[in-house]
Amino acid sequence: MREDGLAARDAAEQVARRSYGKLVAYLSGRARDVAAAEDALADAFAAALADWPRNGIPQSPEAWLLAVARRRTIDAARRQRTGEQAADHLAMMHDELEAAAANASDIPDQRLALMFACAHPAIEPAIRAPLILQTVLGFDAATVASAFLVAPATMGQRLSRAKQKIARAGVPFRVPDRADLDANRAERLDAVLAAIYAAFAEGWSDPAGTETRRRNLSEEGIWLGRLVASLMPDEPEALGLLALMLHAEARRNARRDAAGDYIPLAGQDTAQWDDALIDEAEALLRRASDLAATSVGAVGRYQLEAAVQSAHAARRITGEVDWAAIEKFYDALLTLSGSPVVAINRAVAIAETQGAAAGLAALDALADDVRLAEYQPYWAARAVMLARIGDTPEAVRAYERAIGLERDPAVRRFLQQRSAALR
Amino acid sequence: MQYLLMIYGNEAGMQAASKEQTGQVLAAYTAYTEALQKAGVMRAAERLRPTAQATSVRVKDGKTNVLDGPYADTKEQLGGFYLIDVPDLDAALSWAARCPGASMGTMEVRPIWPMADYA
Repeated sequence: MREDGLAARDAAEQVARRSYGKLVAYLSGRARDVAAAEDALADAFAAALADWPRNGIPQSPEAWLLAVARRRTIDAARRQRTGEQAADHLAMMHDELEAAAANASDIPDQRLALMFACAHPAIEPAIRAPLILQTVLGFDAATVASAFLVAPATMGQRLSRAKQKIARAGVPFRVPDRADLDANRAERLDAVLAAIYAAFAEGWSDPAGTETRRRNLSEEGIWLGRLVASLMPDEPEALGLLALMLHAEARRNARRDAAGDYIPLAGQDTAQWDDALIDEAEALLRRASDLAATSVGAVGRYQLEAAVQSAHAARRITGEVDWAAIEKFYDALLTLSGSPVVAINRAVAIAETQGAAAGLAALDALADDVRLAEYQPYWAARAVMLARIGDTPEAVRAYERAIGLERDPAVRRFLQQRSAALR
Repeated sequence: MQYLLMIYGNEAGMQAASKEQTGQVLAAYTAYTEALQKAGVMRAAERLRPTAQATSVRVKDGKTNVLDGPYADTKEQLGGFYLIDVPDLDAALSWAARCPGASMGTMEVRPIWPMADYA
């Protein structure tokens, strides 16, 4: 009985992972009521945990869950609505759900459409990534909240507000197609990719992997990236994003030594990198650039960022970093985004290709941007370049700023050691 | 779903426009209205007289208070509306973007709250 219970829990968890978003997208139906679909599905999972240990795991767990959830959805609608309205609504819902339950393998995969709804311009940008994690992967509000460093109650409210907006404002579950204006379509896709990357980056900001939830978040980001890349195999940017995340993930273990100390990219032992992930990323990037070559328009942000990572990864074979190529990629990224973060990375590349003085000049050009006062990488980059041209007092001062702004204790220790070595 | 497209614009600017400019804007609105009708999505549409002709009413403690002017003094004023019936928000937004008011001010798109959903 106990073992059966465990097996049932395992099976339920597997289905949850594989099919949660698919079932939510489907159950939300034409009314686009995500919250109701989630409630019904939660009931169905609870029922599964009670039923499966006793009666065995059904042949198609997905169809079983859909059938139970469908009954709950219809019951709930019956309670909420009265009279003629209810009859119409129920008939519509019944037909839709009946058709799907007949054959679970026919449940149309609308996860991508669901993601496009979550990342719709009508939805507040900051809540898009949390909303995707919740609706596609089934994360509860508390888990999402802790990953994004927001109070659980606040996150819960913002998530339900967003779901309400999807239902009430009529945000469509639809993948924008070629008929949509091209520019608009690219923008919409970018919003989906940005939300996935935000999920990944939240997990990545915990490099020590000490907070399991956040670490899982980067795995989930990659999972979503794989999903989008498989559903949109001809979108160069979708492939570029996945390549970028895989390159970063490949270096996870190399970022810390046995004592838990931080190792910067240039000092990492390439034998610690995950070759399989790097190979996969390289193949994706090649395919993306083949695709991009045949379509109009410039190569996008994620492909360029992945290309930078690819140039770093080439060190495992050549033993050297191709800084000239990296500088070129950052030039293109800067034209694309104008982001000060990109400009800092470009300055770092310039310091390698043209010398520290040139790198510093490139950083000085950014000094007017007030946001940089709080941005650790700016001060760390400055410190390295100042040390290289021999301006030790200024370098130490820049290290101080960087140390004061760093959140990760291992990186803080690393910066302190570098600074101490100058004196 | 039904959506109300509310046209917000600077009415002072509109009043200061030359006769020729005004004629152009009105012609654009006529064409837009016709396009909505041909597409079979228009349910209603009206233009409003400027806020100088607005009067606000409020009843407080049994006393009726009538005030000269609009409810709120804003930089852009509600100048008219279209009520349309389309499948979803994307369709409503794309109609709103085509409205001449979108390039002169702001279009606010609001879903109609059907009585059946009040529960």
